[in-house]
Amino acid sequence: MSNWLEKIVPSLVRSEKKRSNIPEGLWKKCPKCESVLYRPELEKNLNVCPKCDHHMRLHARRRLELFLDADNRQEIAGDIEPVDRLKFRDSKKYKDRLVAAQKATGEKDALIAMRGELEGMPVIAVAFEFSFMGGSMGAVVGERFVRAANIALKENIPFICFSASGGARMQEALFSLFQMAKTSAILEKLRLQGTPYLSVLTDPVYGGVSASLAMLGDLNIAEPKALMGFAGPRVIEQTVREKLPEGFQRSEFLLEHGQVDMIINRSEMRSGLSRILRKFVHASPIPVPETVEGEIVVDADIPPASAND
Amino acid sequence: MNPNYLDFEQPIAELQAKIEELRLVGDDTAELNISEEISRLEGKSRALTESIFSDLSAWQVSQLARHPQRPYTLDYIEYIFDEFDEIHGDRHFADDQAIVGGTARLDGKPVMVIGHQKGRGVRERQKRNFGMPRPEGYRKALRMMEMAERFKMPILTFIDTPGAYPGIDAEERGQSEAIAFNLAKMSQFKTPIISTVIGEGGSGGALAIGVCDELMMMSYSTYSVISPEGCASILWKSADRAADAAKAMGITSERLHELGLVDQVINEPLGGAHRDPALTAANLKRHLLGVLDNLNELSTEDLLERRYKRLMAYGFGGEE
Repeated sequence: MSNWLEKIVPSLVRSEKKRSNIPEGLWKKCPKCESVLYRPELEKNLNVCPKCDHHMRLHARRRLELFLDADNRQEIAGDIEPVDRLKFRDSKKYKDRLVAAQKATGEKDALIAMRGELEGMPVIAVAFEFSFMGGSMGAVVGERFVRAANIALKENIPFICFSASGGARMQEALFSLFQMAKTSAILEKLRLQGTPYLSVLTDPVYGGVSASLAMLGDLNIAEPKALMGFAGPRVIEQTVREKLPEGFQRSEFLLEHGQVDMIINRSEMRSGLSRILRKFVHASPIPVPETVEGEIVVDADIPPASAND
Repeated sequence: MNPNYLDFEQPIAELQAKIEELRLVGDDTAELNISEEISRLEGKSRALTESIFSDLSAWQVSQLARHPQRPYTLDYIEYIFDEFDEIHGDRHFADDQAIVGGTARLDGKPVMVIGHQKGRGVRERQKRNFGMPRPEGYRKALRMMEMAERFKMPILTFIDTPGAYPGIDAEERGQSEAIAFNLAKMSQFKTPIISTVIGEGGSGGALAIGVCDELMMMSYSTYSVISPEGCASILWKSADRAADAAKAMGITSERLHELGLVDQVINEPLGGAHRDPALTAANLKRHLLGVLDNLNELSTEDLLERRYKRLMAYGFGGEE
C-alpha cells in the first residue's frame, strides 16, 4: 500500500516505449488532440503541440539546451556511472536494464547536470531523463544532483531542476530511498545560505522525487497539465475505492491546492525563470524589446535565445 | 493463548498445542511421566524454533515485521521511558493518530519521542489509519522536532509504517511536500537524532521521520523503498512474487547492515519481539543509552557535520 510508483511507472514507461517505437518519420501525432504534426515544426515549437498547447515530454539534454544560453555550457559529473550494488534481478537483470536504457537514450543515467548561463546569468541546471527507466532516482541521480548543487552552493549561483520521474529506483532499493534524504540535505544548505533553488515540475513527477527535491524549491513551478503527486492515481483509487476528482494531480490542481507557486508555459520558461532569479540575486532586469513607433528595437546586448539552435 | 503463529511457524504451533493439551491432562491425572513429556516437548519446540529462525527468508522476516502482536511505538514508550506526555496536532489541520509523540525521560534525561503507531483491533487500526500518516502527521512530527531542538532534547524516532497514506485528501494537503520538508529540516536540527526501525520501514513515509545520526534496526524489522508486494507487481507483474521482491531488494536488517546502510542491529528474542516485549525493550533501551552517550560527546557543529557527511555518503561520496 506504501508504493508510490506502483502502476504509474509501468504504464508511463510503456506508453513512452510505444511512442518511441513509431518510426522516426517526419510526422507525429499529438497524443492529446491527435493532430498530425510536422516534426521539425513541432521541435521548433519546443515539443509543444501548436494546435492544442499540449506539452509533450522533452529529453533532458534537449531541455537544458533549450533552457540555457547557447554559449558556455559545461556538463557536470557526466562520468559517474550506475553500479549494481545489490546484483538486483527481477524478470531481467538490473545490469541488462541499465544497458538497454543507456543504449536507447544515449545517456548513462536519468539525470543530466550542466553549468551554463541564463540570459547571461551564471546558473546550474539539472534535468531528469524520463525515458531512462522512468526518470527513476538511484545513486547516480542523487550524486549528480548533489555535485551540481554543490557548485551552486560554493559559487552562490542559482540552481534549477527540471524533474520528470516515476520516483525512486526500485532496483537500487534502500540506496535509492536514501537519495531523497541526500538531495534534500543539500537543498537545505542552499536555503540556509540564501542561494536560490527553483524546482520545475514537468510531466510526470511522483514518489520519491516528488517527496524530496521536487517539492523543495524556493518556488515550485509547473508546466501546464503535468501530472504530479506522491502516490500514483491507480494506487490511490485502489486504496480509497472512489473515483478521483476531475483534473486530480494535474499542475492546475496543485496550484489550486497551494502546492505549486505558478504554472509557466514552456515557451516562457527561459524568460520567466530569468525574471524571477534576477530579482532573487539582485541583478538588473533584462531590457524588454520596446515598440517605438511601430518599430521593434532590440537591445544588442541581449544574448541570443538558444531555442532555435 | 495462541499468539498468532505465522504460516512458517505452524510446526511450532502444533507442538505448542500438544504441550497445552498435555498440561490439561497433567492437571487432571497428575501422572508422573507427563511433566517429563512436557519438558521434552518444550525442548523440542525450542530447538524447532531455533532451527526455523536461524534461516528466515526476507519474506518471512517481512511477515514478522508486520506481525499483529509485534510491539508498537506506544508499547516501547511504556517499557523504556518515564513521564511520557503526549503532544497532539500540527496546529494547522488535525491531529494525525498514525504518528504519536511527546516529551519523556530516558533514564531521567529529557528526550523527545516520535513514532508511527499502528493499531491493534479493528477500531484502533482505523483510528491509527494502519500506521499510514497524512501530511498533518509529518507536520506534527516536525513541530515536535523543532521543539526538541529549542529545548535541547535528543530526538528518538521509531519507524513502523507500511508507508505514507495514498489518499485524495493526503495529496490535496501536500503529502510530498510534508515528507520532503521533514527530510530537509531533519538534516540540520541541532540536537542528536536516533532512529530505530521497530517494524516496517515503508519507504518515504518511514524516512520522513528517519533522517538521523544513528540508524538502528530491530533484527526482524524491514526497511525498503517500496513494499515487496508493490515491487513485485511492477517488476514481476504479479504481487504473488513478493517473496522474490523481498529477497532482491535486500530489506532485512542483516542485509542492510552488510550494505553499510544501517549502523546497528538490535537482537530480538527467539521467535521475535512479540514473544518477549519486555526483554526486547530492555535491549533497545540499552542501545539507545549507549548511542546517546556517544552522540552527546560531540559538539553541535561536529554532530551536524557528521550527519551531513553520512547523508552525502549514501551511494557515491558526494564530494566534488
